[in-house]
Amino acid sequence: MDALFFDCMGCFSCVQDCTKNLLCLSINPEYEKLGNSYWTPEIIQTTWAQAETAKIPVSGAGYGGKFSGEGFDSMWTDMSEIVRPTRDGIHGREYISSAVDIGQKPAFLATSGDEVVSSLPPILSIPMPLIIDRIPEKYSLPKLDAVIAETAVKTDLIAIMDSQKWPLFEKDAEKVLPHIAFYFASGAGMPPGDILKETRLAEIQDDQDVKSRIRELKQIHPGIIVSVRVELTADGMQRAIELADGDVEVIHIVADMNGRQIGAESPLFIKDMTRKVHKALIEKGKRDNVTLIAGGGIALPEHLAKGVLCGADLVSIELPLLVGLECHLCQRCEEGSACPARIQEISFDYGVGRMTNLIGAWHDQLIELMGAMGMRDARRLRGDVGRAMFFEQLEEEAFGRIFGNRLQA
Amino acid sequence: MAEFLETDCKLEEILPEKTRKTRTPQFQQARTIRPALPRYRNEISKYIILRDEEKCAACGQCMAMCPQGVHVKKPGYKYFALPKSHLCFGPKCEAKGCYCITACPRGALRIQENPMMKALGDYRWPAAMILATWKMAERGEVPSADYGYEFETGDSGGGFDRIRFKFPGKPPIELGKDEIDTSLELNRRHDGRPRIRIDVPWYGGGMSFGSVSNTTQLSKARAAVAWNTFSCTGEGGFMERMRPYDDHMITQVATGLFGVREETIQRVRIVEFKYAQGAKPGLGGHLLGDKNTEAVAKMRETVIGISLFSPFPFHSVYSIEDHMKHIDWVKHINRRALISTKVSTPNDVDMVAVGSYSAGTHIIHLDGGYGGTGAAPDIAKKNIAMPIEYAISKVHNFLTDEGARDQVTLMASGGIRNPCDVAKAIALGADGVVIGTAELVALGCVRCGRCSTGRGCPRSIATTDKMLVPKINLEWGAQRIINMYNAWRNELVSILQRLGLRSVSELRGRSDLLMHLDYTNDVVEHKS
Repeated sequence: MDALFFDCMGCFSCVQDCTKNLLCLSINPEYEKLGNSYWTPEIIQTTWAQAETAKIPVSGAGYGGKFSGEGFDSMWTDMSEIVRPTRDGIHGREYISSAVDIGQKPAFLATSGDEVVSSLPPILSIPMPLIIDRIPEKYSLPKLDAVIAETAVKTDLIAIMDSQKWPLFEKDAEKVLPHIAFYFASGAGMPPGDILKETRLAEIQDDQDVKSRIRELKQIHPGIIVSVRVELTADGMQRAIELADGDVEVIHIVADMNGRQIGAESPLFIKDMTRKVHKALIEKGKRDNVTLIAGGGIALPEHLAKGVLCGADLVSIELPLLVGLECHLCQRCEEGSACPARIQEISFDYGVGRMTNLIGAWHDQLIELMGAMGMRDARRLRGDVGRAMFFEQLEEEAFGRIFGNRLQA
Repeated sequence: MAEFLETDCKLEEILPEKTRKTRTPQFQQARTIRPALPRYRNEISKYIILRDEEKCAACGQCMAMCPQGVHVKKPGYKYFALPKSHLCFGPKCEAKGCYCITACPRGALRIQENPMMKALGDYRWPAAMILATWKMAERGEVPSADYGYEFETGDSGGGFDRIRFKFPGKPPIELGKDEIDTSLELNRRHDGRPRIRIDVPWYGGGMSFGSVSNTTQLSKARAAVAWNTFSCTGEGGFMERMRPYDDHMITQVATGLFGVREETIQRVRIVEFKYAQGAKPGLGGHLLGDKNTEAVAKMRETVIGISLFSPFPFHSVYSIEDHMKHIDWVKHINRRALISTKVSTPNDVDMVAVGSYSAGTHIIHLDGGYGGTGAAPDIAKKNIAMPIEYAISKVHNFLTDEGARDQVTLMASGGIRNPCDVAKAIALGADGVVIGTAELVALGCVRCGRCSTGRGCPRSIATTDKMLVPKINLEWGAQRIINMYNAWRNELVSILQRLGLRSVSELRGRSDLLMHLDYTNDVVEHKS
């Protein structure tokens, strides 16, 4: 008998106590088929649980997983106990601010008497370092747009949506549009000015006309903040740095769904690419002039915290929200086959509820990590690698002097 | 008790006040190794033997040739009973000429790896390690290699699981097992406080009443008595029922201060400050409401059924100077106690350790990021603080560089699963280790991780539920842990013997005796 029962604790008690020794407990093969090598069954299952309950997953018996791994699994977050270099201990989780800003921050303010005379660039704050990205085309279903928009409203976050979808939000413009960032692919037309003026952020595809397109948007809506989406191809990092040099306010660097560099022979991971871009911006003295959003491969709440520690101001997610709707990431929809999670049949409330729950659980877990780190402000988490520990560094420090050089895999 | 105090203090009693107040006669537990058979009817085996009843002629050839007694036909019965697969050595029997599968004249027997081996355990505690620990707890010795339980390492792919000993072909010194000393000195400060020596280089980690049953706590305590070592109360208070074990208990002062009173501090020989724990570094403690029963609530002086949180951190400690005040406080309440400081493994764990030493602690207890027995957020278990393997080496080297290494005892926990891990941790630089999960596995834990749910542990170990707790008999529980300790000590002695070392203390910091499968291992001069 396979343990197909959702409530089975896997404790083997029935197996070991069966008077006829008839029972066997094995891992459900359907479970093992979930996801892929990056979006593992464990990730999918924990995402389902968080979307259902909005709770932080808790279990006993210590950690049972791999010692370390690739990507985000090759770093740990720090904690602070007796010695607190920052004296920034928490006195209750309610005092931790997870809010971050999007936009340029002036290096200084000029005043005349009691008045600020500097011109202040537009800036917006959201309650956690997370933005909802577009669902990849192959997983995209029209009914999800309204669900995602409402989730953004409920969580006070921002969702990036293709600009041609603007008519969807005409009805509840005042409520919804402040939480929508229209994405403008190259050559995409503008929505009506009164629609655009309700939004706070827009995103444009990177191309040679970036500057003129930013100007065009700002002419219609001077208060809008414009993000440029840079695909992390072989020259993506360099391009992101160039854009920062060109005074772009927000850069959204995006790896593939598994967090890897796009089209590269030896692809880097999003964590390493984010660190490189962040460090380059610091070296150029441009870091506070630009907001860096990192996306692609953000699958778990720890990836959110680790992405920020690596230098992003905030991260973007897309697939976790889809998985939150019980998606198996089986890609059958791409082939036109029936969806095992029947996502096309979900109700609006179910979708919004699950996505909101998931974001809530991620938020709470971010707070847990920040509490352990002794950090009270997510803004200060950005690039603070002093609050992180990296596998290579720990191995070198602890084992290099004992065992010599680490062999290359 | 007066006799104990006198004996205990004869070396260096310089303090004027005898503030330690244990009055209760102490429980005696013999260090006897006796079988403690599994409490479940069916044992989980590595292999499964399947008999085709239609083909079987019940000739009894399999029964006659199997030295393990896998095949049983009860007198007066026509058919065989179900094979006792848990006794089977598997295909290894073929080389020994006793392979029933090929010997069966009717081809009625088949063997296959038990699919449950995949469902049991995890990367850090694979099924084979769990089954081997059960065997150790059952018999008091490491299971025969014929069983194929590779318990020395797990499948985590890093840390202890990639470290091996470089055993010489022949030991540099031939030593008898009786000549090898596994004892450990806990007070190295020469500060007039008692010198406490334990017989094995480990003691039991803190598990509060509430997180585990009192039977589990008492089983641990009795094993500690038998092996002249310690067990720890955890932060749930120190029960009256534990008084007969005072001499072998460490009482914990943690951030929630549950059940902490001067009287409890004065009862023991070691007091532990818990700043953080490996299961949830930086997050404090959390006892779920379901486990807060009447007895637990009374012990913790709180209300039944509500979730109990220990805050993080100690809000009276924001520096080493504050930490010193804590230590001074306990040292004045109990002038005979040693102080242990339990910390997790942040980046600056080396600084914390040296600071704690300077504040006057006798024992620095590092609890690595992957450890812990209690319920914890999954995000914390996996991601916060460094694994213990890194921290041991880092702290050992820093204490050595600061000239403080020989004045403080360094204990490591958080992923010490078997005697090989004990030896590796000591070779990396720890003096000894603290264990927790292994003791629970000895009691039958399968690491299903459901310690936190509802009534708690379905295996009756980490629960306070009145229906579940009686499923473990105290004598049985104590014997299982005593047996496991014996198996561990024997294996540790074997390791020391093969290395030609006379004592555990000679192994400390001997990282030159280790190799790592992912490294060049070509360091000529070891600095540690």
